[in-house]
Amino acid sequence: MFGNDNMNDKVIDVHDLVKKFGSFVANDNLNFEVYKGEIFGFLGANGAGKTTAIRILSGLSRPTSGEVKVAGFDAYKQTELIKKNIGYMCQKFSLYEDLTVKENIMLYGGIYGMKLALIKKRISELLERLSFQEYENSIISDLPLGLRQKLAFSVAVLHEPKIVFLDEPTGGVDPITRRQFWEMIYETAARGITVFVTTHYMDEAEYCDRISIMSEGKIVALDTPLALKKRYETETVEEVFIKIARPLKN
Amino acid sequence: MLPVIESYGICKNFGTTSALDDISFTVNESEIFGFIGPDGSGKTTLFRILTTLMLPDKGNMKLLGMDNIIHYKELRENIGYMPGRFSLYQDLSVEENLNFYATVFGTTVDENYDLISDIYSHIEPFKKRLAGKLSGGMKQKLALSCALIHKPKILVLDEPTTGVDAISRSEFWQMLEKLKTHNITIIVSTPYMDEAMRCDRVALIQNGKILLIDRPEKISEGFSRKLFKVKASEKYKLIISLRKYSETITAWPFGDSVHLTLKKDKADDSLLVFLKKEGIPDPVIEEAKAGIEDRFLELMEKGSNE
Repeated sequence: MFGNDNMNDKVIDVHDLVKKFGSFVANDNLNFEVYKGEIFGFLGANGAGKTTAIRILSGLSRPTSGEVKVAGFDAYKQTELIKKNIGYMCQKFSLYEDLTVKENIMLYGGIYGMKLALIKKRISELLERLSFQEYENSIISDLPLGLRQKLAFSVAVLHEPKIVFLDEPTGGVDPITRRQFWEMIYETAARGITVFVTTHYMDEAEYCDRISIMSEGKIVALDTPLALKKRYETETVEEVFIKIARPLKN
Repeated sequence: MLPVIESYGICKNFGTTSALDDISFTVNESEIFGFIGPDGSGKTTLFRILTTLMLPDKGNMKLLGMDNIIHYKELRENIGYMPGRFSLYQDLSVEENLNFYATVFGTTVDENYDLISDIYSHIEPFKKRLAGKLSGGMKQKLALSCALIHKPKILVLDEPTTGVDAISRSEFWQMLEKLKTHNITIIVSTPYMDEAMRCDRVALIQNGKILLIDRPEKISEGFSRKLFKVKASEKYKLIISLRKYSETITAWPFGDSVHLTLKKDKADDSLLVFLKKEGIPDPVIEEAKAGIEDRFLELMEKGSNE
């Protein structure tokens, strides 16, 4: 949970965000705020507009209209500063497969503009925290998925950014590793790094401080998992999702 | 009645890595048989051997009474395969993909349309759209239609619901259940434990070995200890504290609670006292029924301790 003194520290501030592709409205007047140290779950059916929103929040795309601030920076004019102050981990690509563990960390540390001494310090801290010392010189493609995911996450926060974006970080991973991964997320949030995560595992939605559910370009729900379950009278977040994430017209 | 699939002692190595180790199982007609296990457990390798696309190093396998190596050509006409992460031609349209698959198997879309109509009807309005432009859920339905278009007796689905939202996953399983009425035997792999409940029988697989095969209800019944659910408002603090408690064997997060096993199978006042001291004032502790994921975690831990 995030501490009280962080309550008013907004790391993401979105007002009336609209993103259009031609006449197609991918993000339709989104309004939300995310605070320092929060674990924020960003849910929605495929095609709801999540990826579009995340790309704007990570400085990869500009809004059509509306106000968007990430880590205090403007999403229209300060995208490079946004990129420097965030971490990002997605399923399709995170680490270079033909480099070793150490080489990847060195590479990303350089990309983040970290000083060499600091990178070296973080390498040994990271390897110790994950009990990865024996893998320091292993090629990424030789490592099982669970290890790679944990490492990718650690690399995404190597530079201690204000926010880290995780796009379905635990897809296909075994149930033990999945839980260990979430403990890493908890630890990270406790250090004051905001975690913005999308997932299709509905039990993982329960680990979040607050979740939002998107449907057809709009946010249809935003609250704590407990509050949502009470409001929709369900036992699980999955049931809330099934109730509201698809329009009834079908 | 003979089983539709019989596998005895299948082994496969890649260099020094043992991808599959002594895999034996049988599958009966019209069963939905699930392989539940994480990435790297050997599911995809096994499915490639099942679909005659890869040779095992040891062991033998029969499908529909035929040896999978000697009769591979005939078997290929009777198997439908949906490999992991989509099998579609991204630059062909929906209907072009379907026509292509039908032609390759020497049939037409019309001939077996009744089999796929329930599934295909969801995407038929988009038949001119390129497969690459479909959403995840729609791609999945198209891939399934293409795997069924030649009316196979066995359908092999490798993680068909990975990366797909909870609603589409639910719809997909409803479609699979309907296929059983056509006497199609379905082999499916998934990392989602809750999908195991929708199979007739399930094999838990890890690191190339089968840990257990049984009906899903039976798997959870085999959990060896009492299971306790603990809830508190600060989840992470709760997990850390529970792990410090001397009687704790395992404490794992499970959605909105922590699943706890204790040495003496008893949760008494000493736990409450301990948690209060740790700064967790009002935990809710109750006994709970173990699910398939609890059993899988138990088996995985046993496996890694051996």
